[in-house]
Amino acid sequence: MEVLLVPLLPILGLLLLGYGIGHWRESAHIRRIELREQELRDIRVSNLKHVTEPGAVAHAEMVMGEAVIAGDYFKSLAASLRNVVGGEVRAFDSLLMRARREATVRMLEQARALGATEVWNVRLATSNIRSAGSRNPGVSVEIFAFGTAIIRR
Amino acid sequence: MIVVNTELVPGYVVREVKGLVQGNTIRAKHVGRDIAAGFKNLVGGELKGYTQLLTEARRQAIERMIAQAEQLGANAVVNVRFTTSAVAAGAAELYAYGTAVVVDQGG
Repeated sequence: MEVLLVPLLPILGLLLLGYGIGHWRESAHIRRIELREQELRDIRVSNLKHVTEPGAVAHAEMVMGEAVIAGDYFKSLAASLRNVVGGEVRAFDSLLMRARREATVRMLEQARALGATEVWNVRLATSNIRSAGSRNPGVSVEIFAFGTAIIRR
Repeated sequence: MIVVNTELVPGYVVREVKGLVQGNTIRAKHVGRDIAAGFKNLVGGELKGYTQLLTEARRQAIERMIAQAEQLGANAVVNVRFTTSAVAAGAAELYAYGTAVVVDQGG
């Protein structure tokens, strides 16, 4: 029995490391994002193209935010198991939403630094930056958020 | 130079459309960052090196786009769009494009 378990130990160790530390880091990150979102709540955000009352605009400038977030070992393994039976990969739901919120918050922080009160025409782009030649089996995702910040007269 | 991703610059009137302007850059990440990313993929979290790399690359693509607009005599770029594509193993292209226009605040 023990002989059988020994080759599995490194994988089990990585799984525990990924699940434990990965989960802990993720919740800590989400808590930080929530605090920053609270602070930026008064900035009005929309993905509409046409700015209402353009006559009262003093200044318009593009603002951007990006975030590259890596998944942990537990998530990668859960996803590859999910590939066998199909269905929703819940492990990555939180990863992608977290990256999206982080990128959006960074964009809004840029708008805040300009003194803007509104951000229009917000777009979110996702790209997988995992390289083809790399032996690294992990999953990482890049989210890029951009929009037009408006300062009213 | 005014750069926005809306179709018009709010509060301004477009006097002249100068045409499409674009800027691109292709960046490869170095091995050190790849190794660091390998570790991060065990415990999860932000890949700060990659975020920084992509931020810088995107700024450069925008700067090249703005340089083109300046050459055309424009004072604004509207409707800016971005694309990212993996062109080779470990290298990505960041591309920014928009329409160069002349705007003023006149009524």
